[in-house]
Amino acid sequence: MAVEHRTPEAETPALLVRDVSHAFGDNRALSDVSLEIPRGRFVVLLGLNGAGKSTLFSLITRLYDNVTGEIRIFGADIRRRATAALQRLGVVFQSRTLDLDLTLQQNLFYHCALHGISGADARARTAQALATVGLTDRAEEKVRNLSGGQSRRLEIARSLLHRPSLLLLDEPTVGLDIGSRESVVKIVRSLVEKEGLAVLWATHLFDEVLPTDLVVLLHKGRVLFTGTVPELLAHTEMQTVSDAFRKMTGTAAGTGELAA
Amino acid sequence: MTTLSATDQQRPRSGDRIADNAPPPLGVHAYVTCLYGIVWREVLRYMHQRERFLSALVRPLIWLFIFAAGFRQALGVQNTPPYDGAVLYEVYVLPGLIGMILLFNAMQSSLSMVYDRETGAMRTLLVSPFPRWFLLVSKLVGGVAVAAIQVYVFLIIFYFWEADLGSTGYALLLGPLGALAVLAIINAFGKMFSQRTMAGALAAALIATAVMMAVVIFAWDLPAPSMNYLAVLPAVLIAGFMLGSLALLLSSVVRQLENFAGVMNFVIFPMFFASSALYPLSRIEQSSPVLYYICQLNPFTHAVELIRFALYARVDWASLGIVLLCTAIFLGGAIYAYNPSKGLIARRGGPG
Repeated sequence: MAVEHRTPEAETPALLVRDVSHAFGDNRALSDVSLEIPRGRFVVLLGLNGAGKSTLFSLITRLYDNVTGEIRIFGADIRRRATAALQRLGVVFQSRTLDLDLTLQQNLFYHCALHGISGADARARTAQALATVGLTDRAEEKVRNLSGGQSRRLEIARSLLHRPSLLLLDEPTVGLDIGSRESVVKIVRSLVEKEGLAVLWATHLFDEVLPTDLVVLLHKGRVLFTGTVPELLAHTEMQTVSDAFRKMTGTAAGTGELAA
Repeated sequence: MTTLSATDQQRPRSGDRIADNAPPPLGVHAYVTCLYGIVWREVLRYMHQRERFLSALVRPLIWLFIFAAGFRQALGVQNTPPYDGAVLYEVYVLPGLIGMILLFNAMQSSLSMVYDRETGAMRTLLVSPFPRWFLLVSKLVGGVAVAAIQVYVFLIIFYFWEADLGSTGYALLLGPLGALAVLAIINAFGKMFSQRTMAGALAAALIATAVMMAVVIFAWDLPAPSMNYLAVLPAVLIAGFMLGSLALLLSSVVRQLENFAGVMNFVIFPMFFASSALYPLSRIEQSSPVLYYICQLNPFTHAVELIRFALYARVDWASLGIVLLCTAIFLGGAIYAYNPSKGLIARRGGPG
């Protein structure tokens, strides 16, 4: 996988991860992980719990540095040009990170400030982001009153405030009912379609994969496959993504979380 | 391995879309916005936690009204610098209690950081494109702002206590808040009033209290405070910053900080009692020279002395130097600990 270092701006991928390994003590969480997210594509990071998805997210969001390999966001190295990289990155973490006692609007204003956006600009972006996720009429309410799906949508709205070009979502639909899941998926997919965002969507739910998506299969800290869904099916000679996953990882069928 | 690549029709077109937006560089104005936003959130969150506000206030008041009243007899009057002559024990202990507010507040905000780290709010902060040291310092400033609010409420109460108004004066001052308390207790049983009504009652009570203060000051012809409430502000901020840095360092290093009892036992109590907050160090020296040296080494002693002198618009240069030095060490340690590549977080498995 040869990647040019001096590719023109329009050609650089939204996210480039190359040869990244990470260990906590003796516990090796990631081994030589490489993946690439083209601009404007929806990429599913498939893996079971403990596959290393969250570690990978922590490295990309620069919670801790990658010791080996490199991570680039739109060509900006996350270690050397952290500011430029983080400015183009929006994140929805797996755990809830909203202030429950503050209103929706106040939560979004806080995030605007964290990106240096203030005044009328902050108000306009907040209103726009709330409209995108359909929560405009609840702007003045406390987050505590929101349902699980609504707070997830608010977190997506928050991640859009600084107008990132790459969105990371770590298991965004976990714990949501079917209706909420659908609306969250729909919002993010329409962002890819209409706004040209590149998305890395980590999940262990195979029914969230569409045939047009790109798939990165992560298992026990290793990338087993990257490519399109038809390529995955052809490669494994299977009919469904979940069967393909099971064949590649050798995991037993029947675990509830692997529902197709 | 197959390389992922975008096909032609999926490559982004230029236009008015979010993804085509090139981020502007972060100027001075952006930094100010970020600092303001973080401090604003801390204060706002604090205001929503009424229990925390009350307990933060009740704690030093109990010490002032009960503990100090008892110790006045046992310890007698104090006659150490910066006091010109003998002063009442309550006056002596005031800087110590201000220090106590700062200490508790710092530890509480460090606990909230541990909590933040678990819920992921700390990650939201650290994903901000600003340099990490700036984010941590802003977070500290937020904590110090909250502590300073508490200190000034405490000082106002001390001012009226010192004025010795007699029952009529205190009845006037406490009337509105007392009425609010009664209302709250009734509501706790009956749930007669909506949240909105109670919020309105709170605002009314606060305004009424402020009016009463003005009335009392005018009617009793009260003098200016016996201490310099303005000169103490920089000392409060510096001391608060030092304790905040210490707490931040602790929050990153010590995993077991999660429960407050542990912090009380291992941090707050030793720091508070082995200091000049409650008794002049000369008295400790008489009973135990070893303890005297421990007290001298305790940065909290110097934070308290800094505040003590500042209350009389004087600067204790030695204490100021030590407090600043300790701040630099603690803050440097905390920034190191939160550094993504070298820090302890990376080695240990990290927040969240």
